Amino acid sequence: MWEHFAHQADVGIRATAAGLSSAFEDAAIALTAIVTDPKNVQPLECVKLECDAEDEELLLVNWLNSIIYEMATGKMLFGKFEVNIEGLTVSAKIWGEKIDQARHLPAVEPKAVTYNQLSVKEEKGKWTVQCVIDV
Amino acid sequence: MAKPQLKRVSEYRWLIEPFGKMKVPGVIFADHNLINDIDEKTISQICNVACLPGIVKASFAMPDAHMGYGFPIGGVAAFDPDDGGVISGGGVGFDIACGVRTFHTGLNENDIINLREKSAFSETSPIGELAEALFRDIPAGVGSTGNIALNTAQLDNMLAGGAVWAVEKGFGTKEDLDFIEERGVAKGANPAKVSSQAKRRQQEQMGTLGSGNHYLEVQKVVDIYAPQIAEGFGLKKGDLLVSIHCGSRGLGHQIGTDYLRQMASQAASYGIDLPDRELASVPVNSPLGQDYLGAMRAGINCALANRQILTDLVRRVFAKIFPTAQLTMLYDVSHNTAKMEEHNVNGKMKQLLIHRKGATRSFGPGSGDLPPRYKSFGQPVLIGGTMGTSSYILAGTGESESLAFSSACHGAGRSMSRTAAAKKWQGSQIVKELAERKIIIKSKSMRGLAEEAPDAYKNVSAVVEATANAGLAKKVAKLLPLICVKG
Repeated sequence: MWEHFAHQADVGIRATAAGLSSAFEDAAIALTAIVTDPKNVQPLECVKLECDAEDEELLLVNWLNSIIYEMATGKMLFGKFEVNIEGLTVSAKIWGEKIDQARHLPAVEPKAVTYNQLSVKEEKGKWTVQCVIDV
Repeated sequence: MAKPQLKRVSEYRWLIEPFGKMKVPGVIFADHNLINDIDEKTISQICNVACLPGIVKASFAMPDAHMGYGFPIGGVAAFDPDDGGVISGGGVGFDIACGVRTFHTGLNENDIINLREKSAFSETSPIGELAEALFRDIPAGVGSTGNIALNTAQLDNMLAGGAVWAVEKGFGTKEDLDFIEERGVAKGANPAKVSSQAKRRQQEQMGTLGSGNHYLEVQKVVDIYAPQIAEGFGLKKGDLLVSIHCGSRGLGHQIGTDYLRQMASQAASYGIDLPDRELASVPVNSPLGQDYLGAMRAGINCALANRQILTDLVRRVFAKIFPTAQLTMLYDVSHNTAKMEEHNVNGKMKQLLIHRKGATRSFGPGSGDLPPRYKSFGQPVLIGGTMGTSSYILAGTGESESLAFSSACHGAGRSMSRTAAAKKWQGSQIVKELAERKIIIKSKSMRGLAEEAPDAYKNVSAVVEATANAGLAKKVAKLLPLICVKG
């Protein structure tokens, strides 16, 4: 489950799931939703990603930044994510396709993940992750 | 943190006395209405910046201040490197050297207005044709690529040379360089400190506008407030101008990302207690501080080269449609930077690192950085509006030096989030409403337009009025858009 929350200049993303990996997957969908409707992104190409960090919050930042990098350099959008987290390392497979201007009508380009309102929390087995994306 | 108290010290200046870990006060420039628009989160960001080591005088906020990440947008802060002063990636932002470049076209509205009225408001009118051609030939929007592919060595030369490099490569003329801050190149850039990922992100993005609030506008001068300065800047009522608002594209974003991560992990080792992780900073005179300075200057050069290439593209479009047009530079000024500048601190001249995050330099008359033609008028301060509203040209004042280290506002500043704007407005409706006011909007994304709806921003005229009344800059001219190509 994901949502966008209001930030005066940029866009906040928040995801809640039963596990940290699922929350990271949903946060990635929220990232794509800044650009286009994730349901319209076809899983035609698969990219493998790995990243690590000093803590869970920075892991969220690095995970989303590595997707932004793939989007920018591959001119791609991603709609399907499979995340595996061990310790403080993310190993993931992400599926997507090249940006199609006519079909995706991309709204705005995510520039980077900020550390503003950044949090990763677990409460009674439910994980909530959030951050603000600079667009 | 205790709740900060705002004290009105003059009609356009508000003070937050230092409390808690604040080393200096917070100073906000605003009128009575604008101060009410500045929310608590923005105020706490102003206070957080005041806690950073080596900050000099105050943590300043311009009249367009709104919530950013770490620094507020519209934030200005000076740091003394000799007093443990810091450099902060968050204080520059991800879009390094995002800025505005405005040029004259040599055309007056009378040159085209008759033709325009004859064919009404259509794509076959000259203005409609110009809008179509700009939209077709200027790469804009998500995933767009430029026509210039640079290999690694060429990219490094661009990062070291900025607009000077671009002119050497045939994009524009040497005369253009006189009208860019620091004559078109940030000295001390160190391309070796820019990651290969950042360079990879830029390879296909030279000569692209980007997305979000970036734009290219054809504008008309509708009001002149300071005739002498306007004449000095070459502005007359009815003149047509072109303005470009964009930055350092993927390269800058990646430099910001790379160094934020490193600064966040090293800040504690320098004893820097961060009130907010996004304020990650290290001393200017530390190895990482110097590395970032070198990389960030390369980012500035990337933005300057990018705007120079875009200028060339715009000139080619005009040459096809209005062969008599002469596109000459008015000025190019960045509003996301950290720059070493000499300033007067208690009667002594000091080298300080000035962070301007969503704030414009505003050097007064006589400043050494000004081209001879502008020396007696002050630096042009270019204030971008939103797509339906006016933009302004101001001039730096001598007073601005003592008020806020020669700084002024940069734009309208958002008042509503993108999420809320997209829910409230339809892109197609905005296009229609602006068409009724004879403003042509070109964009690939209707949702992008809704998110950038004019009413999602503060009133730019109020922001400019407060800036002028506070003495930060002097009002020179008002511009209205005729064509807006949205990124």
